[in-house]
Amino acid sequence: MVNMLWLIMIVTGIAFALASGRVAELAPAIFSSAELAVELIIGLVGVMGFWLGLAKLIQRSGLLQGFIRLLRPVVRALFPSVPANHPATGVILMNITANLLGLGNAATPFGLRAMHYLQELNPRPKEASDAMCTFMALNTACITLVPTMVIAIRTAQGSRAPGEIIGTTLVSTLVATTVAVILDYFFRRLRGRR
Amino acid sequence: MLARALLVFSDWLVPVLLVLILIHAYWKRVKVFEIFAEGAKEALTLAGSIFPYLLAMLIAIGILRASGALEFLSELLAPLLAFLGIPKEVLPMALLRPLSGSGALGVMTTLIAEYGPDSLIGRIASTMQGSTETTFYVLAVYFGSVGITSYRHALWVGLLSDLAAFLTAVWVCRLVFS
Repeated sequence: MVNMLWLIMIVTGIAFALASGRVAELAPAIFSSAELAVELIIGLVGVMGFWLGLAKLIQRSGLLQGFIRLLRPVVRALFPSVPANHPATGVILMNITANLLGLGNAATPFGLRAMHYLQELNPRPKEASDAMCTFMALNTACITLVPTMVIAIRTAQGSRAPGEIIGTTLVSTLVATTVAVILDYFFRRLRGRR
Repeated sequence: MLARALLVFSDWLVPVLLVLILIHAYWKRVKVFEIFAEGAKEALTLAGSIFPYLLAMLIAIGILRASGALEFLSELLAPLLAFLGIPKEVLPMALLRPLSGSGALGVMTTLIAEYGPDSLIGRIASTMQGSTETTFYVLAVYFGSVGITSYRHALWVGLLSDLAAFLTAVWVCRLVFS
């Protein structure tokens, strides 16, 4: 997928440059892009370090567990087909909480384990179950409280207020999640339960 | 009013989070300094693992921009974008976001570098990046891990919620920052 996309981007670009006579601008663009990548990564280390440090503290102090208790009723309501004491509930909660706190890397392992448990409950192993679709709706919409990576890049690029997009991000992520949950509900109704 | 509240929220969130997390952790007898450092160490590995992908994507985007291909596409879709109130500079961002996380990150960075992080375009791009996920990647990884080949409605839900996030990002940034 990404391989194809990358190839298409580069080939299209070069073909376009040939057609519009801008070939001379290609090499400088390539090297300045490469330099930008380095600048960016260096800036990233500092700010990501701060957030990952805080993330570790949340895990060790049990604050993460607190968040999970808080969200339990929400998960019960969203996944009616998952039995109350099934281990899927726990990992789904861990996944959502990690996403919420902007810990994308921590969220993925929990998410994969959640899919594994949901597959055990799935009567048609080649086809996504209702619960899986709902879980994917939550993950692709991705509710985020603190978009750590974006803040890091803004800081690296000299923003006067790198965190000023936290509020706007929260609004648009809430809208996306609401839309995802509602659409998921309607699609499920439309196509019949499975 | 909403705009003001969102800005205050953004200003206060980080310091308040920091104080609460630290005091709570200390109270729970966590060695705050050492554990913080332990977490922070992971940033080096993380940055190292992102770098090659970011480099590859930034180069591809650099080529697309220098060749005029992006400009051409933006001009083509300009009437539709104007109708929706979307600045045409952020179009590549919206197109790439569901397909490739590093690609969108690359576009966001280029936009921020060119127009400034505190410009409207920089802010819209930041909001878009933070508020959605790489739908195709997430579905491929998660469904792939358990061998599911029929995604049913999951793809549509993901893409439509991305669209909702983009439109909201543009609208809310215009409201708050201008």
